[in-house]
Amino acid sequence: MLKNGVRLAALAFAVAGFVAPAAAEDAIRIGLITTLSGPPGYLGEDMRDGFKLAIDEEGGKLGGAPVELLVEDDGLNPGNAKQIAERMVRRDNAAILTGVIFSNVQPVVAPIALNNGRFYVASNAGPSPMAGAGCHENYFVSSWQNDAMHETAGIAANNAGYKKAVVMVPNYQAGKDAVAGFKRFFKGEIVEELYTQLNQTDYAAEIARIRSDKPDVVFYFLPGGLSINFLKQYGQAGLMGEIPIIAPMVSMEARILAGVGDAAEGIRATAHWNADLDNAANKAFVAAYRDAYKREPTPWAAQGYDAARLIASALKHTGGKVLDDADGFRAALREADFEAVRGAFKFAANQHPVQNWYLLEARKGADGKLSLATTQTIVEEHGDVYGAECKLN
Amino acid sequence: MLTGGMALHKPSRSQAGKNSRIMLLFIEQILNGLQLGVFLFLVSAGLTLIFGIMGVINLAHGSLYMIGAYTCATVSMASGSYWLGFLAAGLAAALAGALMEVILMRRLYRRDHLDQVLVTFGLILFVNEAVTMIWGRTPLFMDLPQSLSGSVEIVPGAPYPVYRLGVILAGLAGAVGLWFLISKTRIGMLIRAGSTNREMVSALGVDIDRLYTLLFAAGAVLAGLAGAFAGPLVSVQVGMGESILILAFVVVVIGGIGSVRGALVGAILVGLVDTLGRAFLRDFLGLFLPPAEAAGMGAALSSMGIYIVMALILVIRPKGLFPVVAGR
Repeated sequence: MLKNGVRLAALAFAVAGFVAPAAAEDAIRIGLITTLSGPPGYLGEDMRDGFKLAIDEEGGKLGGAPVELLVEDDGLNPGNAKQIAERMVRRDNAAILTGVIFSNVQPVVAPIALNNGRFYVASNAGPSPMAGAGCHENYFVSSWQNDAMHETAGIAANNAGYKKAVVMVPNYQAGKDAVAGFKRFFKGEIVEELYTQLNQTDYAAEIARIRSDKPDVVFYFLPGGLSINFLKQYGQAGLMGEIPIIAPMVSMEARILAGVGDAAEGIRATAHWNADLDNAANKAFVAAYRDAYKREPTPWAAQGYDAARLIASALKHTGGKVLDDADGFRAALREADFEAVRGAFKFAANQHPVQNWYLLEARKGADGKLSLATTQTIVEEHGDVYGAECKLN
Repeated sequence: MLTGGMALHKPSRSQAGKNSRIMLLFIEQILNGLQLGVFLFLVSAGLTLIFGIMGVINLAHGSLYMIGAYTCATVSMASGSYWLGFLAAGLAAALAGALMEVILMRRLYRRDHLDQVLVTFGLILFVNEAVTMIWGRTPLFMDLPQSLSGSVEIVPGAPYPVYRLGVILAGLAGAVGLWFLISKTRIGMLIRAGSTNREMVSALGVDIDRLYTLLFAAGAVLAGLAGAFAGPLVSVQVGMGESILILAFVVVVIGGIGSVRGALVGAILVGLVDTLGRAFLRDFLGLFLPPAEAAGMGAALSSMGIYIVMALILVIRPKGLFPVVAGR
């Protein structure tokens, strides 16, 4: 009896699976492949919700054209991501793929879209190989080139007059890229490079070294929860007021701040977007996001929203055509004719962003609650160094 | 533009001053290693008990650790008292552990390890999703207990957080308590007897099922309390248990499966090797190698350090440092 019940339920699911995709036949399909499980799952959650918000605001459309958003979790596994991307492109006929969080997943997903004549809009990672010689006419990065947030940390350290820095990163490719990016602009001396293990929970050994080195500033790059571990322990060791920190925004945003609490007061971060940026699009976005999801927006949410709005602007130009007018859609994307929530935004020739970078500081507001406040513009219209190798245009 | 390359030369100061500074750093790092070790012991004690005595590989041990941390964070946030949260963490983990044992683990004692791994791996996914549904994905904030905030200067010039000293003391107290429970009490005797011959103990009129539920819950309490201890130090977030689980297994294997004494020695060994490796290996290699190579090799070797130690110990003593004689 029970077995029959289970079978019936399975059958019902199977039927539902067949019926569902047929619902929106003429809608443009957009495949959002992102990381929704495990510790970094919150990044994908914000990415998805930011993207969805833009669609919901138009009542299921982008730029006036009906769209259907397909969302899948890559589990931070390039193998999974590849299968999902192939399914979305071949079976579901998605015209645009987007949403990938991690730089080791994107080089697997993007080519599947590009090699099949579809578009890829990178809403988070912008790995360097695809910014230079590996650029592609259908590949657009609407977030940032990976090096930028580390480069701007180097500039911010110069601006603050720091001469001696300790850098700390996990011992893997993105960590080494972060150090390279920081060094590209930092004019002082790097007195120590500390390489940690990915998944390290205890930073006492590194913190003791930092104290002993007595640098002017610490630059570190640790994603998500690792950053919380480090900051809590740095605060407990009594160093937060002693040796200042400048971090890229991947190591300091609203969710990380919530996890660290008051110990984070005074930390500075580089970012291309912040909730307090003073422009109309951003104010509307922040209010709508808080209202829809009852939580603070992060850069990932803003990037999801901007990616959707970029796509919307191009759809508006082409009258809702993507693959039927690929040249027109591509040209319209390049125009980037939309009000980005981060403010001024345009594409360089390699179709990576040229944008402003800001210095944020964790400060207590009038209500006594800690939040990230924009304190200065580090650099205006910052692009990337790889564009020269790109043979587009 | 700066070229890559390590700044080797510390600011010039007198050799004696430099030596004493290095000595102080060394003492501080040993303390750090000890603290990490004791913390690892707290996490792995429950694991080794369940693994050694009941013969169950419980991958979901990390989930109990996470449940402890989340409960402690929530209750201490709501009540304003860390210690209330600490108690709640123990209770919640005990409850979760007992439920796990009664509903699932009880069916697995006679099955092989692969089945146990599959089921407890499934539990990890289940608990992670459940925690996401209850608490959301934003990491929880958790403060230090007031009484243990601040720092003391054990080593002059290097303030050491009182909380970390507290963790060392708590871990050592836990070790003594467990040793007493298992070696000196009637319950401990029954547990040891049950691990040797389950049927015989049962035939003597002891309710072995209840004993195992209790034991499993006790292991869960240890994991939950470790989570409560970890809360102020690390990020309280979904999946926090998995990052610590691998280290806990290394500790259990080095110490000898089922041996609490082994877990303590193994944990301190792992804590010291890991911390000192991260702190000094690069400088040590720098004595013979050019700086860039020393940096690269130092980072790579220190991340492998504990696994190399584990391999060496297993070559010499295949059953770990303190093999449990009774076995299963």
